[in-house]
Amino acid sequence: MTLKRAHELPAGGIIVEAGNADAYNTGDWRTFKPEFVAENCIHCMFCWIYCPDTAVNIDTTAEKSRMIGFDYDHCKGCGICAQHCPPAAKGKAAIVMVRDEK
Amino acid sequence: MAKQEQVSLTGNEAVAYAFKQARPHVASAFPITPQTEMMHKFADFVANGEVDTEMILVESEHSAMSAAVGAAAAGARVITATSSAGFALMWEIVYVAASLRLPICMALVNRALSGNINIHCDHSDAMGGRDAGWIHLFCESAQEAYDNALMAFRIGEHPDVRLPVMINYDGFIISHTADSLRMLSADDAWKFVGPYKAAYSVLDTENPITVGPLDLTDYYFEHKVGEIEAHKRAFDVVRAVSAQYGALSGRGYDFFESYRLDDAEIAIVLMGSTAGTAKDVVDAHREKGVKAGLLKLRLFRPFPAAELAKALAGKKAVGVMDRAASFGAWGGPLFTEVRSALYGADRQPPVLNWIYGLGGRDCDLRQIDSVLERLADAARGKSGETVNLLGVRL
Ligand code: SF4
Ligand code: SF4
Repeated sequence: MTLKRAHELPAGGIIVEAGNADAYNTGDWRTFKPEFVAENCIHCMFCWIYCPDTAVNIDTTAEKSRMIGFDYDHCKGCGICAQHCPPAAKGKAAIVMVRDEK
Repeated sequence: MAKQEQVSLTGNEAVAYAFKQARPHVASAFPITPQTEMMHKFADFVANGEVDTEMILVESEHSAMSAAVGAAAAGARVITATSSAGFALMWEIVYVAASLRLPICMALVNRALSGNINIHCDHSDAMGGRDAGWIHLFCESAQEAYDNALMAFRIGEHPDVRLPVMINYDGFIISHTADSLRMLSADDAWKFVGPYKAAYSVLDTENPITVGPLDLTDYYFEHKVGEIEAHKRAFDVVRAVSAQYGALSGRGYDFFESYRLDDAEIAIVLMGSTAGTAKDVVDAHREKGVKAGLLKLRLFRPFPAAELAKALAGKKAVGVMDRAASFGAWGGPLFTEVRSALYGADRQPPVLNWIYGLGGRDCDLRQIDSVLERLADAARGKSGETVNLLGVRL
């Protein structure tokens, strides 16, 4: 992402483009990252609801939404999704937190 | 020139009238001496239906400035007022107002900061806020407080500036003393101030924006450039607005007032109500044949260094009087600015400093007389202390 020069910015440090956080990588200070184990996923969407960011990618094209993985440009590695992932209680975790080796 | 009414008002009342004439959408305030009467008077206007302003009575000055910032970010013309410790409590949000480029107008009725607790005038409150990004105007009288309060809106709201403006006037000396002044009619004042068109509004759902986001190492510095440059552009705007106001009211303003300064050999530089006393002392010295003069600074932020250096070039000695101490610094805040403006300038005069009037200590004729005597000695090459205390028992 090319950074803008001072004179290209709106006065007051306001953001005039809606939703431009999408283009801004805030996922680079993680210590742990969630890994998706697709075969254990029951597509309950808990992770999508609980994620404090918007880092859970889902496919909404089918009749029933499907969890498809993580947006690592925005995931902070907090692990909340893994905590709330129901299959984990049965020993078949669909989200596994691993150390993020960059 | 507009027809004006001659009235007798305290400085606080005069500013309340100016604020009423500017028809702000929102006023947020918390009482503190000696500011209280100003907002009290303004609240009367609101209660009597003389001005259509949303009055937000908050629980602290931190909240007063927070409410002001919120309202201004929504696109409102906003006023507030405070003094001393109240200003100190606002601190965090005072910076935010400038960073977000919100032209809030605030009366800062200058009062000493604690401790010990003191309700009287000095400029320590304003000087503490000198790096906050606001435009600072200083006043000598109730008339100037009224005039500057009206001009503040035009200066701060100008598209080239968009910065908050502080109208500084001395606690009690100006705020509570009845003074004779000329006031514009409501119509003339409104024609001068005019409606406010905000640069942005958080309530504009057609153009959604984010105000005050996290701003880290990659952009914060670039955003500060905006503030730095707005201050540079403010000089021209202050000049233009002051000239227009001068034509309307017959009272001319500039970055500073030069009183018998052009041919002066020794000169005093100061801000605020002490200028009135200093003019008398300058006159007395002139009668004795001493070429004394005064530079009364009106615009402290942005600091008009080049113009000031030009006005003081070739003087044989300059004395800066600071109504605030900057503890541990070499001299008061005005002194360090003035001396730095003159350093390396054309025909650089020696600059001495007097810190005076702390906690409302009266600055009488005798004290200013002693400054001019000492400047006359310095002009003759007699050495002495550069930074001095005035009117205190040592
Ligand atoms: S680790 Fe946290 S931020 Fe990342 S996807 Fe899970 S809940 Fe969202
Ligand atoms: S919470 Fe677990 S099971 Fe439910 S959708 Fe997310 S990954 Fe799949």
